[in-house]
Amino acid sequence: MSAHIETTDYEEQPLRARWHSNRLAETIIYSVLLLLGIISMLPIWHTLNASLSSPEKVAQAVLLLWPHSFTLDSYLFIFKGEALIRSFGVTVFITVVGTALNLLVTSAAAYPLSRRDLPGRQFIMLFIMVTFVFSAGIVPGFMLVRSLGLINSLWAMIWPTLVNVFFLILLRNFFENLPDAVIESARMDGSSEMRILFQIVIPMSLPAIATMGLFYAVSHWNEFFRGIFYIYDPAKWPLQVLLRSVVIQANLNEIGFSNQDMYGNAQVSQLTIRAATVIAAIVPMALLYPFVQRFFVQGIVLGAEKG
Amino acid sequence: MATAGTDVQPGVSESSTTGHLGPDSRRRHLRRELGRAWKYRELYLLLLPAILFFVIFRYIPMGGLVMGFQNYSPVRGFLGSPWVGFQHFETLFALPKFLEVFRNTVIISLYKLFIGFPVPIIFALLLNEVRHLLFKRAIQTVTYFPHFLSWVVYGGIMVLFIGPGGAVPEGLEAIGLKMPALLVNPKYFRTILVITNIMKEFGWAAIVYLAAIASIDPSIYEAAMVDGANRLQQARYITLPGLRGIMGIVFILSMGNILEAGFEQVFVMYNPAVYAVGDILDTYIYRIGLVDGRFSLATAVGLFRSVIAAIMIVMTNYILKRADQPTLW
Repeated sequence: MSAHIETTDYEEQPLRARWHSNRLAETIIYSVLLLLGIISMLPIWHTLNASLSSPEKVAQAVLLLWPHSFTLDSYLFIFKGEALIRSFGVTVFITVVGTALNLLVTSAAAYPLSRRDLPGRQFIMLFIMVTFVFSAGIVPGFMLVRSLGLINSLWAMIWPTLVNVFFLILLRNFFENLPDAVIESARMDGSSEMRILFQIVIPMSLPAIATMGLFYAVSHWNEFFRGIFYIYDPAKWPLQVLLRSVVIQANLNEIGFSNQDMYGNAQVSQLTIRAATVIAAIVPMALLYPFVQRFFVQGIVLGAEKG
Repeated sequence: MATAGTDVQPGVSESSTTGHLGPDSRRRHLRRELGRAWKYRELYLLLLPAILFFVIFRYIPMGGLVMGFQNYSPVRGFLGSPWVGFQHFETLFALPKFLEVFRNTVIISLYKLFIGFPVPIIFALLLNEVRHLLFKRAIQTVTYFPHFLSWVVYGGIMVLFIGPGGAVPEGLEAIGLKMPALLVNPKYFRTILVITNIMKEFGWAAIVYLAAIASIDPSIYEAAMVDGANRLQQARYITLPGLRGIMGIVFILSMGNILEAGFEQVFVMYNPAVYAVGDILDTYIYRIGLVDGRFSLATAVGLFRSVIAAIMIVMTNYILKRADQPTLW
């Protein structure tokens, strides 16, 4: 009986030692990760709180961990003028229309390219890959958009990004791996290729297409350079271009903040206005984010499968 | 569709003759190929919009590269502008500003590559040790999020945080401390670029490593545990070697993008005070081309950049192929 207990003790000793060292390691690991998480969110969190605080509190605090003297005045102020709402409208337009066209044209091209029997497939792939390796650059791109008469047109931010080569290849790889039997039998029944694409291939690939759509949508929402390059009329600025002007260059008159406001207004300050503007631009992305997050791991796996 | 019971390989029939093809049979061959392609007309029709896109928005601008060999004037157009051969390139390579911009591009890229490279790997290794799933998911959620913000937004937040009149310097001043102006000081600007880039992207960059860790055979860990290896030893001798392949791929791909020093990031964060250390090829091309209207010189810089970038991508692909890794083509 006592011998039995002794052996148990003997066997538990190293286990307990291991448990102690694990506990230390665990504490360090969790702390470092927590720190990294805080570093990621802290500037955004501070800005959110600054946008919800009264100006004098913002001016005093190094770091705002929660709103001080909570107020929505900054938001009321930025949405009082037309500029921010108009830029939201521009960005929503290029995001919705742009993503719809992206998905249509990319899927329509990925399907024929996924057909190994398509005559000239190799040549067409080469034709597309060349553009992936070599690009003409900023100035020739600008010349083209100008000669197409797209300067100051919202389409200047839609047509030049119609097909992303990387997404096209990922989707083609995805289509190649769909089970052939269903498609083959539809073809035997005499269905047109168009019908096969829209009624069989696309419905079978909805998760992949949704992932691609989310990535396209994020890139349209964040569209900046084409706005800088091609849109000179502030009334047609996409959100990111207005943001740069207001938040980074502090041109607050763009959203109707006059010198008079600066000195005579205690409800808002240029810091709270800038903070509110940048947070307003994040909110739609934050709402879309859970969906993006659900899909993107699949998207990455999809990409890793074949290159 | 071959007749049942025959062993004939698909595509090889008795009537197909190889070898001496006369002009007659070549024409017949061509007609048969065209006939075969005609059967696929619907598929070509589906491809047409994308092909048109690539022709108009990717190939036609390549024709615009002739500007780099002309004294292009918008009034005279491509056909009327005088040709000057390689004059702009000669000007460029003698231009101290160009050399400075090229050096800045490479230096900023290399800093980002070498300092930023280990961070997502360490992050993934740490995250892999977490058994508490809710905690793991929460950390992933907050660290991936900045990747989806534009540099205008993230850079704007940084400017509000550490820039002139921003939270940290103002607050420190209120308690009697003075912080150097980080964004307008050439001494700190590149450091700020590298650090903010790591802060924004390390979480997202860890995804490929987490996927690679997930694909390591669990029985190797079980065997190591039986042999008494602790978790640090497991990470050191199993997980880390398991990541070698993907680390190589990521490193080589980053080397291939060496001329991408982060156009949008630099564009929103730089200012004339830091041009000497922060101005990169892309921002320089934008300013001399689209702002100053020196189209020919800017096109020449752009062509130089594109040619080097293309060589780097082709080399990257070659190296990956030699290493038996997934390639771009």
